[in-house]
Amino acid sequence: MGVTGVSEILRIENLHVSVDETPIIKGLTLTINRGEIHVIMGRNGAGKSTLASVLMGHPAYEITEGTIHYLSQPLEELTVFERARAGMFLSFQYPVVIPGVQVGTFLKKSVQSVRDEPIKGRAFRKELNEAMNTLDMNKSVLSRYVNDGFSGGEKKRLEILQMLMLNPKLALLDETDSGLDIDALRIVAKGINQVAPEAGCLIITHYQRLLDHVKPTYVHVMIDGQILLTGGPELALELEEKGYDWIDAAPEA
Amino acid sequence: MSDEAHDAVGDYRFGFHDPEHSTIRFDKGLSEQVVRDISALKDEPQWMTDIRVKAYQHFIERPMPDWGNCHSLNEINFDNVTYFLRSSDSTQNDWDDVPEDIKNTFNRLGIPEAEQKWLGGVTAQYESEAVYHSIREDLEEQGVLFLDMDSGLKKFPEIIKQYFGTVVPHTDNKFSALNTAVWSGGSFIYVPKGIHVEMPVQAYFRINAKNMGQFERTLIIADEDSSIHYVEGCTAPTYSTDSLHSAVVELIAMKGAKIRYSTIQNWSANVFNLVTKRGVAYERATIEWVDGNIGSKLTMKYPAVLLKGEGAHAEVISVAYAGKGQHQDAGAKVHHLAPNTTSNILSKSISKNGGRSSYRGMLQVTPKSHGCRSKIVCDALMLDSESRSDTYPTMEVGNPTADLEHEASVSKVSGDQLFYLMSRGFTEEQAMGLIVNGFFEPFTRELPMEYAVELNKLLELEMEGSIG
Ligand SMILES: Nc1ncnc2c1ncn2[C@@H]1O[C@H](COP(=O)(O)OP(=O)(O)O)[C@@H](O)[C@H]1O
Ligand SMILES: [Mg+2]
Repeated sequence: MGVTGVSEILRIENLHVSVDETPIIKGLTLTINRGEIHVIMGRNGAGKSTLASVLMGHPAYEITEGTIHYLSQPLEELTVFERARAGMFLSFQYPVVIPGVQVGTFLKKSVQSVRDEPIKGRAFRKELNEAMNTLDMNKSVLSRYVNDGFSGGEKKRLEILQMLMLNPKLALLDETDSGLDIDALRIVAKGINQVAPEAGCLIITHYQRLLDHVKPTYVHVMIDGQILLTGGPELALELEEKGYDWIDAAPEA
Repeated sequence: MSDEAHDAVGDYRFGFHDPEHSTIRFDKGLSEQVVRDISALKDEPQWMTDIRVKAYQHFIERPMPDWGNCHSLNEINFDNVTYFLRSSDSTQNDWDDVPEDIKNTFNRLGIPEAEQKWLGGVTAQYESEAVYHSIREDLEEQGVLFLDMDSGLKKFPEIIKQYFGTVVPHTDNKFSALNTAVWSGGSFIYVPKGIHVEMPVQAYFRINAKNMGQFERTLIIADEDSSIHYVEGCTAPTYSTDSLHSAVVELIAMKGAKIRYSTIQNWSANVFNLVTKRGVAYERATIEWVDGNIGSKLTMKYPAVLLKGEGAHAEVISVAYAGKGQHQDAGAKVHHLAPNTTSNILSKSISKNGGRSSYRGMLQVTPKSHGCRSKIVCDALMLDSESRSDTYPTMEVGNPTADLEHEASVSKVSGDQLFYLMSRGFTEEQAMGLIVNGFFEPFTRELPMEYAVELNKLLELEMEGSIG
């Protein structure tokens, strides 16, 4: 990219999403540029995970209105795996167990499926080593089965490891910080900060404390399927203190 | 491939076919004369001829099993099977003498490569007789006998006479009778007292001629405190009419001995695979069956262990994959006939595209056998709603001290798993391949590396192309 202007990663316009005919997202507009970190906060059930799933292409969600552009291309044209191959990544709120599939094998195949050129065993191992060192992960995780018997913190760390290895252009992180102790939180933040400068980041969180380590460009408040308020990092502090009720009550401009 | 052949075998990718290379070929169909001719041609001792003839009589009299997939079983036309076929004039030990087209087949199966790496010895069975047989030198030095069954009978008739049919008598079932009447090829192994064979010893089996029946007979005897791991793998070629495979495997593990018998069978979709596998474990001995069934039209196979000596142990780990038009009726039988014997049974099956897999198990604890333990786990994975999976467990427990566990589960691939994997760049087919390989992993990790790799590849191929 040239030095002039911002580079747009994601543009969501007037998005409406339903599940089984029930509207969940009701007119959401959001643009994410490269190098920006967007934080979305909001009560349980507001539709945050739905937004992340819809962006990644989960088949259960139907877009009833509005548009999404990823790297200036209509997103709906891409299947789930094509989105991954085009540089989108979702860190799951609830990572899924894949019994019998070793983490090492899974990572290698995943990275291979996302990259155009064939990966070499040696170079891959080196890369993996570095990423695992960054995240302070033990090599023994590689021979365990994907998320099988993992603690909450281990699952989230594995999500971040995948993110580092896949090196996305758009990183969607759904409550990756939930349930983490202080050390794990710091490590997860380190991972996010590593990809953030070259990517667009959308972080869904309930807690201000992640933002002690990751500096957001914008903080959005999502209520009932809409973004009702946007501010800077100070908004997260305010929400932590006052909750969401005062926004509900405020008349929309 | 003709359309008819293609219908019969489906998208069988590993199937390839050599021109038949047969020097002696019997007409189709079975009679006492055919049985006698087979025996005469092999120049067998009279007692073997007698056993064959007796077994033939029993085969004729014995009705078809009235359980399992009777409908499919009754499709077998015994008159349309060739019962003996010899692909080269005599059993050969020297690779150089093996005919070129046969070598090509083996090359594509990867045999020479496998041999280089870790082979204990090779009997490569081509059609009904071994054409290549090499025995690793240190096996010989250790005094281990490893021959194809026909040569074994020639060179060690006393040992074979002593044990043949003692574990699986010809009267056991219709197909063991048939096998005993017309058997050809298979392996004979004797491991002397206290000898541990470090490397897995392996043989490859392969059907190639049209309508070719395969009736191998394998006998493995591990003498006291010895151990051996025998590996048998096969990839069947494509052909157009139904084919019958009916092997018998007998294992004898003496006091303190251990035998592991690993198999991957990947018959094309027109093969009837009706196999009787049984082992006897004496005091403190262990018998392990590691058994993978992919392909075939109908497989009926229940590796069995008779735990005859105190403290003996049985392990049966099996997987089955049933695709379109296929029925895998597999399982395990363990008989706790002595005190403090233990067993573990793990059975995993996958059904896809209307395929059917059944687990049929038998667990017996006799009244005198106190302190026995057994754990049975059966997991079925269904890849779509047309497919089918059933379990038929039977337990006969005559001693109240037995500690038995039985778990069974039927699961489906979840949309969440697929979404998770696809969000990591996998296509739906690749995601299925991973899930399926993961499901079989408790089995696959027991296999020698090369077999594990091949099995994983095979399953990935199976998942490709037919989803949607
Ligand atoms: N697959 C689904 N099926 C049915 N309802 C769903 C589904 N996904 C989300 N919902 C509903 O949509 C609403 C928003 O859920 P979600 O996006 O998970 O909220 P958040 O992540 O903000 O807590 C909730 O009422 C939830 O029950
Ligand atoms: Mg959520």
